[in-house]
Amino acid sequence: MSTAPAKADHDTTRSRGSATWLAYLFLGICFGITLTQSEVLSWFRIQEMFRFQSLRMYEIIASAIAVAAVSVTLIKKLGLKTVSGEPIAISPKTMGLGVRYAAGGTIFGLGWALAGACPGPMFALVGNGVSVMIVAIGSALAGTWLYGLLRPRLPH
Amino acid sequence: MPAFLSAPWPWYVAGPVIGLFVPALLIVGNRMFGVSSNLRHLCSALMPGQVEYFRYDWKRTGLWNLIFVAGTAVGGFLVSQWGGSHKIEISEQTRLALTGLGIHDFSGLAPREVFMWSALLTPKGFVSVVLGGFLVGFGTAYAGGCTSGHAISGLADLQLPSLIAVVGFFAGGLLATHFILPLIF
Repeated sequence: MSTAPAKADHDTTRSRGSATWLAYLFLGICFGITLTQSEVLSWFRIQEMFRFQSLRMYEIIASAIAVAAVSVTLIKKLGLKTVSGEPIAISPKTMGLGVRYAAGGTIFGLGWALAGACPGPMFALVGNGVSVMIVAIGSALAGTWLYGLLRPRLPH
Repeated sequence: MPAFLSAPWPWYVAGPVIGLFVPALLIVGNRMFGVSSNLRHLCSALMPGQVEYFRYDWKRTGLWNLIFVAGTAVGGFLVSQWGGSHKIEISEQTRLALTGLGIHDFSGLAPREVFMWSALLTPKGFVSVVLGGFLVGFGTAYAGGCTSGHAISGLADLQLPSLIAVVGFFAGGLLATHFILPLIF
């Protein structure tokens, strides 16, 4: 999410120990395994979803949101802290005109169905040997770069 | 082969495990689960140019996420080496519809006849891989998030902008599936 770079004051107190970096690597590996074993990285599953011919993707997405929502609520209610003792803070997204969410979301959706993969699965697919997805990642970088260039002139 | 790699997970395992990445990243380092910001960090690291959107300290804000996504590729590799076979058992209706579009190879994670290097310059290969990837990159940057950042993290935190984005995701996906794919296949 593009809000991340604004949170500089959090970063100064954030633990930078190598154990933390290893934790991110470990979680990333778990995520790659999860994307593959859940089959959400498959073009075929994305097609099945957008044709409403199986509930599987909807069940996965809905249960993922439910578990994440309960977790976030618990973290807030219990006032949990990070492993380094920092209070956990979730910054809300700014609404603005809302155009960026509707237009950007629709453009992303077009690409999601065409490529059959969103960003996480693109990387997991490369790991799974679908090496041509390197080109899709390169194209995605070009798309992000063009957005950066046009950003001052786009409605948000 | 470890048991959890031998067969695809049922939805009631897969979904909750995906959801757990949100609290895990918050607890490890106050990080919001979201993959697409890596595209911005990579642009910032590789070719920021004079574009203001890419002129920030990507190591400070994004290195953790680049490590995470490198792990994601490694995780995929580990399953491909040590996991069971990945023949996707899609519904019969979907198989028929895709056969009608001219797809014959159902043996991989994606149809090999489209997602291979030698098909890259055919209309279906180019539109799927090159244009599809480009729209993913432009759209996620414009929307400020993708499936993980908006659909999972954003909706879990009941954020209205994320709901608008997710409605857009499905509008775009339905358009591409039902109106663009029949033109290129």
